Amino acid sequence: MISIFQNYGGELLTGLGQTLLCSIIALIFALIIGSAFAIMETMPNKFARVVARVYIEVFRNIPLLVITMFFYVVIPMYIVKISGFASGTVGLTLYSSAFIAETVRSGIQSVDPGQMEGARSTGLSYWQSMRYIILPQAFRYVIPPLGNQFINLVKNSSVLAFVAGFDLMYQANVIASDSLQSMSTYMCVGVLYLILTLPLSYYMRHLEKKLA
Amino acid sequence: MLTVLGAYSWVNIKFLLEGAWVTILVSVCSIVLSYIFGVILGVTRYVQIKYLSAIVGFVIDIIRNLPLILIIFFTYFGLPHLGFKPDPIWASVIAMAVFEAAMVAEIVRAGIVSIPTGQMEGARANGLSYWQALWYIVLPQAIRNMIPAIVSQFISLVKDTSLATIIVLPDLMNHAQIIYGQNTNYTIPMFLALAVMYFIVCYSLSLFSKYLEKRIGGGNKKGKADEVVQDASDA
Repeated sequence: MISIFQNYGGELLTGLGQTLLCSIIALIFALIIGSAFAIMETMPNKFARVVARVYIEVFRNIPLLVITMFFYVVIPMYIVKISGFASGTVGLTLYSSAFIAETVRSGIQSVDPGQMEGARSTGLSYWQSMRYIILPQAFRYVIPPLGNQFINLVKNSSVLAFVAGFDLMYQANVIASDSLQSMSTYMCVGVLYLILTLPLSYYMRHLEKKLA
Repeated sequence: MLTVLGAYSWVNIKFLLEGAWVTILVSVCSIVLSYIFGVILGVTRYVQIKYLSAIVGFVIDIIRNLPLILIIFFTYFGLPHLGFKPDPIWASVIAMAVFEAAMVAEIVRAGIVSIPTGQMEGARANGLSYWQALWYIVLPQAIRNMIPAIVSQFISLVKDTSLATIIVLPDLMNHAQIIYGQNTNYTIPMFLALAVMYFIVCYSLSLFSKYLEKRIGGGNKKGKADEVVQDASDA
């Protein structure tokens, strides 16, 4: 195991960097898209609700690999050439955004409807009360589940290995076939993944206990 | 247009359905295995047996925080070292069962914790032993609370079987890739078929979960504990 770290340290570090980069980009965009659809789903407008519902159900019920492969295979074929990393990140963003939307929606709906009524009756518009009254309370409440979503996102970023995204998992396969030591390579990579996810996971459990 | 429609010729559809059959077979086997082991592990973690619970908890945390693809590789390349060479189907069933059992265990633990301690105290006061109280009083209520979380975990499981194409499991994803690999005109129709087929399976599972929730979980308003359990499972 140690020899793997010594001989292939550079590759492993590159992979770790790509995994982190992809996860952070996907997290930011998934948060934006997910929150937007979550707000749409709680809006009084029926059309907006239906659109949000369809988006969430579609991306929640189709495997991440299918979405990612679609962007890797179909988009370059007909529309525009994109790298494996980009297609993986886009796929991951869309997939995660559906789950984040579900989480944020449950947060918004857990805020007492009286808050919205109170805010409206003091003269705030719908969007103002959403922005200043509802969302701050909803987000404080969904931080632990959102943390879990982020952990899932980091784990799911291993799908980049399918599309030559040069992430940790991809490097693992390269190193395994190069060094012929598949088990110790995968153990090294497992340790690196745990370094990313385990502290976050324990912190989220701590937070969950504190808030509950 | 006609070339595209050729994608849905009977031969291709039959080939896809064979793949879907493998997907369903692997999913059902791993759902059953992971449910059994998940409940056992979750209870073990909850009951605080000296050393054992701590070790089980640690192993569960490790498995939960690793990507599934890595666990698939571990079973596929690791088990031969232990003298058992699994074919892709067995390797994926074992990998999925191990991974999902850890997930289910965590849901079960959270579900038991969400039951008020008064239930256990009341049962003990009535003369039931600790294990009787756990089995007859606490677990049934906990499992009722956990249904949405567990079903959504199983939906993830069905979707995640597609990852096993990396060890050439002949599942739906793999067969679709073979078809569009032979004729690139069929790429979009194949992705459409994939999306539709996975969607039908997963969405009907989630409808089934809503039905179960209504049917069994009747008196239980969606409370804080449920939400936490629910979110712990979304993957």
